[in-house]
Amino acid sequence: MISIYSFLLETLTAINAAPSFTVIEAVLSASMQEMDVSVWRGDASGGGLEHFRVPAEESQTILDVVAWIQQYADPTLSYRYACRVGMCGSCAMMVNGVPRWTCRTHVKKVLKDNAITIEPLRNLPVIKDLAADMDPFFDKWVAAGGVHHPTKTRNEPIEILDPKTPERVETDTGIECINCSVCYAACDTVSSNVDFLGPAALQRAWTIYLDPKDADPNVILDAVSGKGGCHNCHSQGSCTLHCPNGLNPMKAIAGLKRATVASFFKGGR
Amino acid sequence: MIRPHRSHPLWIAYLLHRLSGLGLALFLPVHFYVLAFALNEPERLDGFLRFADNPLVKIAEFGLVFLLAVHVFGGLRLLALEFLPWSPRQKTLAASAVAAAFLVAGTFFLQAV
Amino acid sequence: MLGLRLYMAQRLSAMVMIPLTLGHIAVMIYAIQGGLSAAEILGRTKGSVVWFLFYGLFVLAVSLHASIGLRVIVHETLGLKGRGLEIFMWLSGILLLATGLRALFAVTL
Repeated sequence: MISIYSFLLETLTAINAAPSFTVIEAVLSASMQEMDVSVWRGDASGGGLEHFRVPAEESQTILDVVAWIQQYADPTLSYRYACRVGMCGSCAMMVNGVPRWTCRTHVKKVLKDNAITIEPLRNLPVIKDLAADMDPFFDKWVAAGGVHHPTKTRNEPIEILDPKTPERVETDTGIECINCSVCYAACDTVSSNVDFLGPAALQRAWTIYLDPKDADPNVILDAVSGKGGCHNCHSQGSCTLHCPNGLNPMKAIAGLKRATVASFFKGGR
Repeated sequence: MIRPHRSHPLWIAYLLHRLSGLGLALFLPVHFYVLAFALNEPERLDGFLRFADNPLVKIAEFGLVFLLAVHVFGGLRLLALEFLPWSPRQKTLAASAVAAAFLVAGTFFLQAV
Repeated sequence: MLGLRLYMAQRLSAMVMIPLTLGHIAVMIYAIQGGLSAAEILGRTKGSVVWFLFYGLFVLAVSLHASIGLRVIVHETLGLKGRGLEIFMWLSGILLLATGLRALFAVTL
C-alpha cells in the first residue's frame, strides 16, 4: 500500500515538476550570457582550434572556463593546474595570443567581442591540448647554473645575512619566480634561437650569483656565457611585461651581462 | 600585424634597431663602392652626386640618415640598459631615441633641399 | 650562438662608433649645404691624417659590428648555424673591410 502511494506521489511530483523546471531553465538561459571560446586541441603531431559555448559567470577566471569545458562539454580536454591561487605556476597558457597565468586572469579582463582563444604555451612542445611539455624549460634552468654551490656543511651554524646589502636587495627583486614559463613563452629570442636559456633560468642564475653563500659564482658566469647564454638577449622586454609576478628578468639578464664583462676585464675570461 | 605578445614599446624599439641595422649593413658596401670611384673615375662620382640631386634620392637619403641616427640612439639606450645602473624608464628612453633620430634626419633633410 | 667574446666585440665596436657616427652625421649636414661635388669632398679629405684615422677606425669598427649583427640576424631568421654561420660572418666582415678600406684610400690618400 505504502509503495503504491509513494509511486503515485513520485509520478505526480515528476509531472508537476516538469513544466516548472522547463520554465526555470528558460529563464536561466535567457539571463545567462554565453561566450565563444576557441580552444587548441591536438598533440605533438599537430592540431587546431575547437569552438565551445561557455556560460559566462559574474566572477570567472580563464581556468574556470577551461574547467567548465572539461567538466560539461568534453571530458577528454587535457590541461594542467594545481593550486588555483597563483602560487604553483602550472596553469599558464596563451590567452588571446598572450601568455598568462590562467587561474588569476579574469575573463572580464581579456574578453574581446565576447570571444576568447586559449592555446598551449608558446615555445614549448605540446603534450596534448593545453598541456605543454615543460622539460626544455626546466632543463635550461639547470643548464644556466641555477644550482646552489654550498660553502658549509649541515654541521656548521647557519650564516647570518644582512638583508640590507645592495646584493641582497637586488636578489629580493628576482626570487619570487613561480616557474610558470610565461616569460619563456613571451620571449622571441627563445623562439628564434633554440639554445637560448631564457629569462627565468637566467634570472635564477643571477640571484644565485649574487648569493654571498654561494661557493662558486664563476661557475655560474661560465654557464651563462655559452652559445645560449645571457649575451643572446635582445632586451625586447616581453618577459618583464608579461611576468605575472611583476619580476624583471630583463634587468637580471643585464646584470649578468655586466658581471660577465667585468670578469672578462678582470680575469681574461 | 604585430602579434599580441609583441605589441609594446620595447619590442617595437627592438624591431626598429634590427631593421635599421640590417638596412645599414646592406647599404654600406654600395656606399663604399661609390666612394671608391674617387680613386680612378672622379667623373663617375660627380655623375652620381648629380643623380643625388634628384628629389626622390633626397627622400631616400633622409631615410638613410634616419636609419643611422635611430641605430645610434637606440644603441646608446641598449648600452645604458646593459652597462649603467638599471633605469626603469626604458619606454621613455626608447621614445627619446626615435625622437632624436627624427630631429637629426630632419635637420639633414632641411639642409639637403 | 653569441658567446662573451663576440658580445664584447659587438659592444666595444658600438662604443667606438658612437662619437664617430655623430661626427659623420655632423659633417654630412655641414657638407651638403650648397650641393656636393667630388672635388669638394676630396678637397677636404685628401692627404688628411685626421680624416684617414677617423674613417679608418670607422671602417674597422663597422666591419666588426655589422658582421656580428648580420650573424645574429641570419641565425635567428634563416636558422643558419655551425660552420656555415662562422663562414658567413667572416665573409661579410671581410667584404665590408675590403670595400671600406678601398673607399678610405680613394678619398684620403
